[in-house]
Amino acid sequence: MDNMWMKIAYAVILGMMVIFLFPRAKQMLKHSPKASSENWRSLIFPILFVVLFVLFLMQLV
Amino acid sequence: MNQFQPSIARTSGSALATNKLIRNTYTLLSLTLLFSALMAGVSMVLHVGFTANLLAFGGSIILMWFVLPRTANSTAGIGVVFAITGLLGFGLGPVLNYYLAMQNGSQTIMTALGGTGVIFLGLSGYALTTRKDFSFLGGMLFVGILVVLVALIANMFLNIPAMSLGLSAVIIVLMSGFILFDTSRIVNGGETNYILATVSLYLSIYNIFIHLLNILSARD
Repeated sequence: MDNMWMKIAYAVILGMMVIFLFPRAKQMLKHSPKASSENWRSLIFPILFVVLFVLFLMQLV
Repeated sequence: MNQFQPSIARTSGSALATNKLIRNTYTLLSLTLLFSALMAGVSMVLHVGFTANLLAFGGSIILMWFVLPRTANSTAGIGVVFAITGLLGFGLGPVLNYYLAMQNGSQTIMTALGGTGVIFLGLSGYALTTRKDFSFLGGMLFVGILVVLVALIANMFLNIPAMSLGLSAVIIVLMSGFILFDTSRIVNGGETNYILATVSLYLSIYNIFIHLLNILSARD
């Protein structure tokens, strides 16, 4: 029962975060500059590094 | 000659301001990470339960949303940052004790810690040295966070292990995006407050660590 109350409490906090972040997300979507193909190319390399690195770490453990 | 001097002075001035911002941000980030680790150690030794994690998490959210915006432009903001990171670190204690109790628990934690460090330094270094503009990521990252939060709430009650791992993987990628976005904002002038910059970077590091722990412990 305690576990269920904890889950409900976490869900309430996360739900409040969604409510607070929603207007910010709308504003960011509206005002963020459009990405060019060069922007996407500059993003793919570091994200690929992160993904491959996490896969590597999974092999270590 | 004179017509060029004002623009050189302006460029030097803004470069100096950016360098100062970077220095202040990373100095405060280092100190808050150390403080957070200290509080996590205290929490582990005291063997506090998961209720402490909940209260610390809730307390840090309240400070971030209601107190930090009001104090970010004063020295009181530094105290608030330490309070936020201290609370989050204290709440980490029961989580770390939980993972330590597993087989290879200490190895999992140290791997997650090292991995988080490498990811952060790699991404931050990339954004700082290339000075690329990642401001285009803003909208996508915030929408991604909203989707993930809703999925996390759902999975709390559905309790699907594969979904938990999938969400952790997505969060690590999102937080990596946030590190690039936030560092790019510091370098290119979008963020001028080192207190707010520190909190943003700290949260990315914290979330990467937590979710890397989740993924790495799945093998156990």
